[in-house]
Amino acid sequence: MNTNDILLAVLVLIGAPIIGCIASGIDRKITARLQGRVGPPLLQPYYDVKKLLSKDNMVVNPSQNFYVVVYLVFIVLSLLMLVFKQDFLMIIFVYTVASIALIVGGMSTGSPYARIGSSREIMAILSYEPVLILYALAIYLLTGTFKLSAVVDASSPLLVYTPLIFIAMIVVLNIKLKKSPFDYSTSHHGHQELVKGMTTEYGGPGFATIEIAHFYEYVFLTGLIFLFWASNPIIGVLLGIIAYLLIIVIDNITARVYWQWMLKLSWSVLLIISIVNIAFLYVSGVQLA
Amino acid sequence: MSLAKSPWIIHVNVNSCNGCDIEVVACLTPLYDAERFGVLNIGTPKQADIMVVTGSVNYKNVNVLKNLYNQIPDPKVVLAVGACASTGGIFHDCYNVVGGVDQVIPVDAYVPGCCPRPEAILDGVVAALSILENKKKGNIKGKEVKLKGNEVPSNA
Ligand code: SF4
Repeated sequence: MNTNDILLAVLVLIGAPIIGCIASGIDRKITARLQGRVGPPLLQPYYDVKKLLSKDNMVVNPSQNFYVVVYLVFIVLSLLMLVFKQDFLMIIFVYTVASIALIVGGMSTGSPYARIGSSREIMAILSYEPVLILYALAIYLLTGTFKLSAVVDASSPLLVYTPLIFIAMIVVLNIKLKKSPFDYSTSHHGHQELVKGMTTEYGGPGFATIEIAHFYEYVFLTGLIFLFWASNPIIGVLLGIIAYLLIIVIDNITARVYWQWMLKLSWSVLLIISIVNIAFLYVSGVQLA
Repeated sequence: MSLAKSPWIIHVNVNSCNGCDIEVVACLTPLYDAERFGVLNIGTPKQADIMVVTGSVNYKNVNVLKNLYNQIPDPKVVLAVGACASTGGIFHDCYNVVGGVDQVIPVDAYVPGCCPRPEAILDGVVAALSILENKKKGNIKGKEVKLKGNEVPSNA
């Protein structure tokens, strides 16, 4: 590790939540405009987090605090691994540990709302994880290694060979950002709702930690989309932004559906198009130049 | 200032005729757009700052109200919306009614009217914000209210 790497790591640690916060603010602003309202200020998520940090921390169970910290740490770790072009398979595993920590945190409270939210989040993991693994497999077939450095250093973009996986990943992004039609495990903040699923029993600083972790997660997930055109960073970033805006629009034009529907969609349509894409890569034997 | 910029409310209906409730809900519609002040209607007391209570309290839900109040982390304020929540309103001499919300938990601001207009409710929320800020500065904690067993009317 040289000084450059340390500098980059610090930059990511400070920059990612700022970008995530603004992205979340843009989300609320666009949602408001689509409903014909003025909407909150752009920095509203920042005010929310600041307020939450200044409140009492009320927990049902002291271990709740531990689980949110694990959630934050592993999200940050997976983002750092992505920035440092590490093993993609490993990144997926680290990211899964973060999601599991949040689920266990929700389960540990004993509140029925948190439990239902947590078990629905397990269903969400069940439905997006295979697609992520197939994404990793596609990277392996194209470059001969799971290391992301091979994808970033290649001169041609990944998207050309993996358009179907790209479509599947957009849906995965939708599930992971917990936007409708897939927001069963916790309703998103711009939506005023009775029960907030997994996060029902969190308040004050504990909930602020979850929000900050979400900011990192926004950057991490759009980073996964960025990889599709990593050979030209500008197009890659544009791709990430377009995907994010698309998901905000989908969020606003759809209503929540049963989790069974999500599972059927991902295990039939998404898996099949991903496998077709993988089969094509395997048969044609193309390599990322 | 951070508290005043993101007030999250929890709406509690104790024995309201639903008139005040739909006015509170109207505040959240695009027409009045409470979200432009950062107001969010949060379902869980653990994340709320302002408790908006509608309706007169009766013996059946006294404990529910106290329980919800105790679960809101400090600093917190209580806003009584409507004539019923302020004094008991037209239901004040019903045999099962305790009276206004302030008979049970400390109330910081009142919005009179039967039913108050959404503008008035938003005004009340804004008034509650300055109280919230003062509580934050003075580090004033909410009182812990004790739950009682099955309460019965004193005249029964
Ligand atoms: S104040 Fe009027 S509108 Fe509100 S709950 Fe009482 S009777 Fe109904």
